[in-house]
Amino acid sequence: MAKKNKAAEVAATEGENAIALHETAGLSQGQIIRKRFFRHKPAVASMIALIFITIFVFSASGIHLGTEAHPITIQGWWKYSLTDIPDTNFCETSVGCPNADHPFGQDPIGRDYFALVMRGAEQSIMVMLIVGLIGGLLGTVIGAVSGYFRGWVDAVLMRFTDFIITIPSIIIGAVLGFKFGNLGVVALAIYLGLFSWTGLSRLVRGEFLSLREREFVDAARVAGASNFRIIFKHILPNAMGVIIVSVTLMLAGAILLETALSYIGFGVQAPDVSLGSLISEYQDSFTVSPWLFYWPGLLIISIALCVNFIGDGLRDAFDPRQRRRITRKDLLAATFKKPSSEA
Amino acid sequence: MTISNEVILKVENYNVEFWVDGVWYPAAVDMNYEVKAGQVLAIVGESGSGKSSSSMGLMGLLASNARTSGSVKVKGQEMLGANSSLLRKYRGKEVAYIFQEPMTALNPVYTVGFQIVETIRTHFPVGPAEARKRAIELLAMVEIPNPEKSIDKYPHQLSGGQRQRAMIAQALACDPALLVADEPTTALDVTVQAEIIDLMRNLKDKLNSAVLLITHDMGVVADLADDILVMKDGMTVEKGSADQIFNRPQHPYTQQLLAAVPKLGFAATRELAAPAKPEPVLKLENLVIEYPKRGRIPAFTAVKDFNLEIFPGEIVGLVGESGSGKTTVGRASIGLIPVKSGSIQVNGQEIAGAKLSDLKSIRRATGIVFQDPASSLNPRLPIGESIGEPIFLAGEAKGAELHKRVEDLLASVELPRSYRNRYPHELSGGQRQRVGIARALALTPDLLIADEPTSALDVSVQARFLDLLLELQDQLKFACLFISHDLAVVDILSHRIAVMQNGELVEQGMRDQILKNPQHPYTQRLISAVPVPDPALQKAKREASRA
Repeated sequence: MAKKNKAAEVAATEGENAIALHETAGLSQGQIIRKRFFRHKPAVASMIALIFITIFVFSASGIHLGTEAHPITIQGWWKYSLTDIPDTNFCETSVGCPNADHPFGQDPIGRDYFALVMRGAEQSIMVMLIVGLIGGLLGTVIGAVSGYFRGWVDAVLMRFTDFIITIPSIIIGAVLGFKFGNLGVVALAIYLGLFSWTGLSRLVRGEFLSLREREFVDAARVAGASNFRIIFKHILPNAMGVIIVSVTLMLAGAILLETALSYIGFGVQAPDVSLGSLISEYQDSFTVSPWLFYWPGLLIISIALCVNFIGDGLRDAFDPRQRRRITRKDLLAATFKKPSSEA
Repeated sequence: MTISNEVILKVENYNVEFWVDGVWYPAAVDMNYEVKAGQVLAIVGESGSGKSSSSMGLMGLLASNARTSGSVKVKGQEMLGANSSLLRKYRGKEVAYIFQEPMTALNPVYTVGFQIVETIRTHFPVGPAEARKRAIELLAMVEIPNPEKSIDKYPHQLSGGQRQRAMIAQALACDPALLVADEPTTALDVTVQAEIIDLMRNLKDKLNSAVLLITHDMGVVADLADDILVMKDGMTVEKGSADQIFNRPQHPYTQQLLAAVPKLGFAATRELAAPAKPEPVLKLENLVIEYPKRGRIPAFTAVKDFNLEIFPGEIVGLVGESGSGKTTVGRASIGLIPVKSGSIQVNGQEIAGAKLSDLKSIRRATGIVFQDPASSLNPRLPIGESIGEPIFLAGEAKGAELHKRVEDLLASVELPRSYRNRYPHELSGGQRQRVGIARALALTPDLLIADEPTSALDVSVQARFLDLLLELQDQLKFACLFISHDLAVVDILSHRIAVMQNGELVEQGMRDQILKNPQHPYTQRLISAVPVPDPALQKAKREASRA
């Protein structure tokens, strides 16, 4: 009798799933994550927006890398550059208001503000990307390795982390800036990346310490998985939530740190600009010439929002327990459905 | 025996519902029952049947997304909709709870004495010294050794059974009229469980309390309950006296539930075909495993001088209580735990001290099913990939061929192949454990190690799981080391049984020999402690063991 029941039950489940069968070709973890990410509309919109902003900004101001002695330059499509000082345009209450020739207005000495903002955004995006890449990678790998292997590996790596935390990065940055002069934004970003991974690595280590004791790690080991595979394929996706939240915060912090370091002479130097330096320079002109404040602020906010939404989407995509968002239609349906008292 | 027949708890048209994702889900529907003083009413059901939620709802202890309706009267006083100060007065004083896991139900930063004294002083105007005296009396009443000293111990300094006793002492602190025991013995070993059940029976008679016992274990029910209420999916399926339910169950679900309960000593005999090759698949010789010392905690020898052989096609049950080292033996047998001395051979290959590359080939011949299906499957990996991983890593198949193998494996454990892309949390416990088997059998191993695979499952699910395991074993003829604390389950499956205590093998032999004629006193104690899911038999057994 038991067998008959079992067969019937299996048949029922098969029937139930017959409709779903056509869309259940075997998918790998990567494919499923990609699918889930692209279902997350705000994240996809943000990704498109961020790509658009990046292309727009970089193509407008051109690419300026290298040192003063050996510049690598590709010209952008905008007619003014950082150093051009066209005639100032006067208006009723202030100088340099936006007009057709200068859509973002002009700064007090007459430089075209669109060129400045584009250049600033370019620098800030570069800082964020490089810091995110270096800091995220270092933090994840160091945290993962020390949490997974424990023992002396952990002790050495964590004492090294403590050591990095105790180094005052601002002061070292100031000394480097004084010694080598302006090294450009890439050097600054790499420097920041080398100092910003510590918090992330500690969080990741903590996650790994608890995740490595779970039975699925043993199961993977029994299946013949190497340490590398266990760390990156099995444990890391489970720690993704922590990593993404932490990296997102790190990126926002990077913009501020960059401004601070630029201020004490390491990084972005006048006449060059970054979004941070534009804001800190013109925060007082808010009442007289508000455009000097609005445009860089708007860009910082939109970049930060995009990064946050993309992070959100990634986290949800990695976490299968996140359900589809409840839509207004679902809510309405629930409200009109009577509370069922019969099972 | 009973002094008064006062109705302590009267529940009428009682409903519990939960607000989840915008819908009210019923957890208990239209319950009606009453418990008299000195009586035990057992609410029986599988997980998710609403037995716990309904009992927590009695005293307004549910989460804020729950609502209750109907009527619950404790000694005539309506509890549903009562204000919080009245509820507080009744909680602990008239209605006391005993929870499943004493380690989490007792606060780890306070001594057990403090917690008992706190309960007493909340409800009675007594001074600390007097309350402490009463707490010591209570601890003595629940038979905790040396109560004057134990009162100042922290929960982690007591053993599992003693912790449960301390919890009972706390629950009894104010002589409650009603004791709600929510799976009071589930987290305990059988021998400890037998002691706690005895204690509860004695106390109930002594104090004439009403007891509401919530459990899934038919053995415990048979031992304690006067009346039984069977629940399924929130509905009361059947209600009646213990004798009625056990001997003349009316509802098909009750019958099915009782049929699914494994009964010790009633399993069909299993004939073992003569092995084709007489060499053992797994051979453990003088095995010693030690957990190295860590900081101030000294080294701990988990397994001492252990010898065991498993031959092809044979299922060997390894039985013992928690902490006896049975899981350690299982894990060491696939090279997950380093060996201190002795030898482990799989198909003649030595595991102890083997290199990683050697281990790989050994592991292809072994598979393991873990205890907790929720933890043994990677929550971020679709189950198809979990199952396919051993095959992929062994380099046997990939791409379309791998998908095909995964589908075949899913079919062999009776799961629809469309489940391949599901994540573990989308499956039920029984389904997850079947995925665990599919993964363990992916490389058609010679040896399967099953580490308490059914302890997290409900009885009916467990019955299906065991059927499936037997079927697969008949087909594939793998040898199996089946680790379990449940003698009845081992009885169904195994050809031979080995019994472990404190890291040592105390007895091993053919199944019937161990179960019917145990030689070692520990084995005898273990077998006599297993409650029989039949009230009359259990009563006879209880009296026999007393005599």
